[in-house]
Amino acid sequence: MFLTLATDLAGVDAPASDFGFLLHKNPARPQGIEVTGGTAHVFYPQATDERCTAAVLLEIDPIALVRSGRGKAQEGFTLGQYVNDRPYAASSLLAVALGKLFRTAMNGRCDARPDLAARPIPLEIHVPALPCNGGAELAGRMFGPLGWNVDARPVPLDPEIPAWGDSRYVDLRLTGVLRLADALNHLYVLLPVLDDAKHYWVGSDEVDKLVRAGEGWLGGHPDKDLISHRYLAHRRYLADTALERLAEADGVELVEEPSEEGSVSLAVERRQTVAGVLRELGARRIADLGCGEGALVGELLKDPMVGELIATDVSARALIGAKRRLHYNDLPDRQRERLRFLQSSVTYADHRLTGLDAAVLMEVIEHVDPPRLHALAKSVFQAARPAAVIVTTPNSDYNVRFPSLPTGRFRHPDHRFEWTRTEFQSWAHEVARVFGYRVEFRPVGAEDPEVGPPTQLALFRQLEKVAA
Amino acid sequence: MTTIDIPALSLVVLVGASGSGKSTFARTHFKATEVISSDFCRGLVSDDENDQAASADAFEVLNFIAAKRLAAGRLTVIDATNVQPEARKELVALAREHDVLPVAIVLDPPERVCVERNAQRPDRQFGAKVVARQRSQLKRGLRSLKREGFRTVHVLDSVEEIDAVSIERTRLFNDVTDQTGPFDIIGDIHGCRAELEQLLTELGYTLTRDAIGRPIDAVHPDRRAIFVGDLVDRGPDTPGVLRLVMGMVAAGHAYCVPGNHEDKLLKALRGRNVKISHGLETTLEQLAEEPPEFRDAVAEFIDGLISHYVFDGGKLVVSHAGLVERMHGRASGRVRSFCLYGETTGETDEFGLPVRYPWANEYRGRAMVVYGHTPTPEPEWINNTICLDTGCVFGGALTALRYPERELVSIQAAEEYYAPAKPLHVATAPAREPDVLELTDVTGRRVIETLTHGRLSIRAEQAGAALEVMSRFAIDPRFLLYLPPTMSPVSTSSEPGLLEHPLQAFEAFKGQGVTELVCEEKHMGSRAVVLLTRDDDVAEKRFGLAGRGAVHTRTGRSFFEAPLTDELLLRLRAVVEQAGVFDELDTSWLLLDAELLPWSAKAEDLLRNQYAAVGAAARNSLPAATAALQSASAAGLDVDRLLTATERRTANVERFTAAYRRYCWPTDGLDGIRVAPFQVLASDGATYQERPHAWHLGIGDRMVAAGPDLITPTRRLYVDMSGWDAAVAWWQELTDAGGEGMVVKPAANLTRTAKGLAQPGLKVRGQEYLRLIYGPDYTEPANFERLRDRNLGHKRSLALREYALGLEALERAARGEPLWRIHECVFSVLALESEPVDPRL
Repeated sequence: MFLTLATDLAGVDAPASDFGFLLHKNPARPQGIEVTGGTAHVFYPQATDERCTAAVLLEIDPIALVRSGRGKAQEGFTLGQYVNDRPYAASSLLAVALGKLFRTAMNGRCDARPDLAARPIPLEIHVPALPCNGGAELAGRMFGPLGWNVDARPVPLDPEIPAWGDSRYVDLRLTGVLRLADALNHLYVLLPVLDDAKHYWVGSDEVDKLVRAGEGWLGGHPDKDLISHRYLAHRRYLADTALERLAEADGVELVEEPSEEGSVSLAVERRQTVAGVLRELGARRIADLGCGEGALVGELLKDPMVGELIATDVSARALIGAKRRLHYNDLPDRQRERLRFLQSSVTYADHRLTGLDAAVLMEVIEHVDPPRLHALAKSVFQAARPAAVIVTTPNSDYNVRFPSLPTGRFRHPDHRFEWTRTEFQSWAHEVARVFGYRVEFRPVGAEDPEVGPPTQLALFRQLEKVAA
Repeated sequence: MTTIDIPALSLVVLVGASGSGKSTFARTHFKATEVISSDFCRGLVSDDENDQAASADAFEVLNFIAAKRLAAGRLTVIDATNVQPEARKELVALAREHDVLPVAIVLDPPERVCVERNAQRPDRQFGAKVVARQRSQLKRGLRSLKREGFRTVHVLDSVEEIDAVSIERTRLFNDVTDQTGPFDIIGDIHGCRAELEQLLTELGYTLTRDAIGRPIDAVHPDRRAIFVGDLVDRGPDTPGVLRLVMGMVAAGHAYCVPGNHEDKLLKALRGRNVKISHGLETTLEQLAEEPPEFRDAVAEFIDGLISHYVFDGGKLVVSHAGLVERMHGRASGRVRSFCLYGETTGETDEFGLPVRYPWANEYRGRAMVVYGHTPTPEPEWINNTICLDTGCVFGGALTALRYPERELVSIQAAEEYYAPAKPLHVATAPAREPDVLELTDVTGRRVIETLTHGRLSIRAEQAGAALEVMSRFAIDPRFLLYLPPTMSPVSTSSEPGLLEHPLQAFEAFKGQGVTELVCEEKHMGSRAVVLLTRDDDVAEKRFGLAGRGAVHTRTGRSFFEAPLTDELLLRLRAVVEQAGVFDELDTSWLLLDAELLPWSAKAEDLLRNQYAAVGAAARNSLPAATAALQSASAAGLDVDRLLTATERRTANVERFTAAYRRYCWPTDGLDGIRVAPFQVLASDGATYQERPHAWHLGIGDRMVAAGPDLITPTRRLYVDMSGWDAAVAWWQELTDAGGEGMVVKPAANLTRTAKGLAQPGLKVRGQEYLRLIYGPDYTEPANFERLRDRNLGHKRSLALREYALGLEALERAARGEPLWRIHECVFSVLALESEPVDPRL
């Protein structure tokens, strides 16, 4: 909520205080304008011929911020919306305020000093509390390629509790010789990117504005994928307040972090392998248990051999997402008759799922607490009792091949376990024995001679059905 | 005057041409809601009762409504011409599907009567030809009605006869709902007369013997016996058992339902071709020595047995092989077959015996179902059903269940009279409740009847949100007997600068007439429910799950990983044992309501990411802003208001940081973990919401004494209406020292007032603690005024509903009810917790 922009205009034949013309803000007159969530103040702590510093102080009204929140926020907000860092940290709110305060400067216009606006000038920027998801190093990666010298220092979480280590904030100082308009656009785009937080109050049009501000430099940025990915993450984020409230009731947070597997291709390969096994089985009535966003369902729908598809998930929100993703409501009747979405749970017996040719548990079991796996096995292999069951799960032997994955960490924060090939196979054999199935194993993804495939797959077939 | 008897639950099909007077007849003899007329359904779908083009749709509607009524067990009358066999066939099929008896009443007055009546109705345009055709169709079908499946057919063929008839509803033979007991229900006897005599004597019956000493009756002063069938075959004295049971039934001292062995014996006695096996050979040999009159009496007795009975207002159902709920009190061949043989999957096991379908696992009915048929080493309750066949003839025992006491009485068999096909004791594990619940136990809109707060309903969306949390995070439902309710704060205080103050709590309770109160210190930790067992084998025996118990959060998550949970439970077990609580409550398990400290033990991530992060951001940005504002001010700019505000905010953030630090201390494993128990929730067969809080806190004090380094005491102060100053001062002292605040509760615990259930507690939180809830700057006057306006109504209503559901779960757990009945309540608490209410309350 606070930053300073300074210059000595060294090498330029003008007093430093001409900076005020560039910013279109009079150094002698503090100014405040209303912005989303509060008031943005501009004032000059220093404005001499030698040096000119402009300060932006965003005074946020936390109560109004929540009350002006999106539609149902009035009653349905979570505590996290109330007690949060927005009034103190340089987040998207500050970026939006910059855009409003310095719109003309950001466009590179300055009628009084057009030459100054068009040329690079020496600049110093100080953001004392910048939320930076990725640490000081990421701040360097973001600003460095744009011509800035970056000095980013981590801020401790609580000096009285040193065991807690550093916070996600950095004290950021940027120095460089750049056009003011470029500098402002960099901040406008990169502050929220580094923050990478949930934005409860930024409308989707704000995101479009951010993209526009990246014109001219974002395309050549080596991290442009990460930058755009984080934009998308913001847009995709759907606050499920009900779930968050239940998590908060326990004093824990809901994990919403992307998978560490990184590669999109593995997910595609997994889907294709599973679809291939289903074709091989000749399965016509299929359930995807834990369908998530419906990627596998979308793949299977294309196969005319598939007669009936049931997509289940324990999360009502995931089902809404899957329906939207597959344009379920706009599907032709014939297509829609083949597909049914059900909210269900793999730890409860669901009799709507009986009589299946095949059930798929793709990357599901590792999200179930080990003591509850027994319930999962009973609900799937005993109550639903499909002719065949396909289970995929990460092969933890392979984790050493993910460079970004620290040793001992799981590929996804919600994973309750990740099994080695031996562990998975012994579980699968036991399930097969108890419930009368025969099991075989397949690799998913390229097999590494040492650590096997990235994903392991077990195909269970009911003994009686196999005999018949 | 003719009387027509119809079964109280049946599908009555009126048959007659247009104008034969069916609607008038239906109106005269049945309730308007019992009658579904095809004309009415035609009107529903086409706005024209006589639009024949709409008939197909109309009959679909008619069948649909009839099906719903029959499923609900309601007599239904079909008012349509039904002169064509196809129309009747559908209705007979519908009756069969719902296991009710179809009855046909044919109205067939002379043709001119019908024609005249139609002519009087302007809306009926069809002429005499239509009536003639319908009557001829009717005549052709009349004789085949019985063959079509109608149990009884009544034909009324004159106006006088139709007018003179009266309808009598008769109860089904299986309906003995007026018999309330008490009963002794006796399992499969299989010719073990000696054991039966012994059991009846043990149960307090006096045996009557004939001249040569054979028992022919047994009578109890206030109880009657019910036999679940399989009296015969395999054992040493089938005739003796039959003589006694037949005598008791004839004298009205007992009821008896037939077993599959009686069914087969009857066929054999009637000379039908049956395979003489499974002990039938012994019976036939024994009966051969009896006089033929006795054999005839046996055949007559068996023939007269009713396949199942519904007793005691529908609360008790007895049949030989059990009965699914939708067949209770129904009559059909299918029902009889289920009662005799049960449902099988069509498979056979390794001993060549049919695999039985585990209908009891899915049973969700309110009636207790008692049956026999399948030998089991120990009788086990499964979802309010119990099998009493303990394999007496195989050397097991003869077992009786006392109803309504639910006590089991057993007599050991003197010897193994017959070798079982499948070894009795090494057979399958004892039947037990399924460890996986049905999705339909928790999803969709639900209504739960609670003892303390009436009927409570849960919306489908609330259940949907809870399903995700329960499935992804909660512990095994067998250990999850309770979830605590949310608690409402007091109404907003009028004291300047204070949102909450004890006076509002005292006044709120006073307003409800609750005058004896207790103020309990509110520990700022995490709410914990502790399920504690006395020995390591208790959990498996009582809850069907290995382990020592559970320590879980408000939403049913385990606090710790399994090894740490086990260690904590072991320590708590030692403390409770030493405090003598297990002995005092005479229980092998205990459910405790507690607070687990420190807050940081469970909520460290939240503390770091949410609370500490706010402090870190503020500590870096506010001083920088202050310095810049000071420079600007020194340079003569007018930034004084901003400077003052920023300085105040800096101070507020310091206080905010200080507030959370009080609730954090380092823990390592269990080191540093403390538990503050403040309420005993349940134990074997008992709940404690009616015991005063002083008793509960006394238990807590004893635990503190037994384990001072693990158990934290809960300080308290009792308050009545004579003066509140001391309590206010106490609260001030607690919160000044950094405490979260206190909870004010009715001292007597569960309190019903004239205005309904009283809140179980109201929280009064301290000024500094509330910074963590309302934000660091909430005390700033501009913010404070806006925050005062809080709406507590919804929160209070939720608090009461969750409280009642929690108590209901405890009651059901203590009574040993089926798991799904407990889980339904626990799940509903979680479902209500997903309601959007202001999280700061």
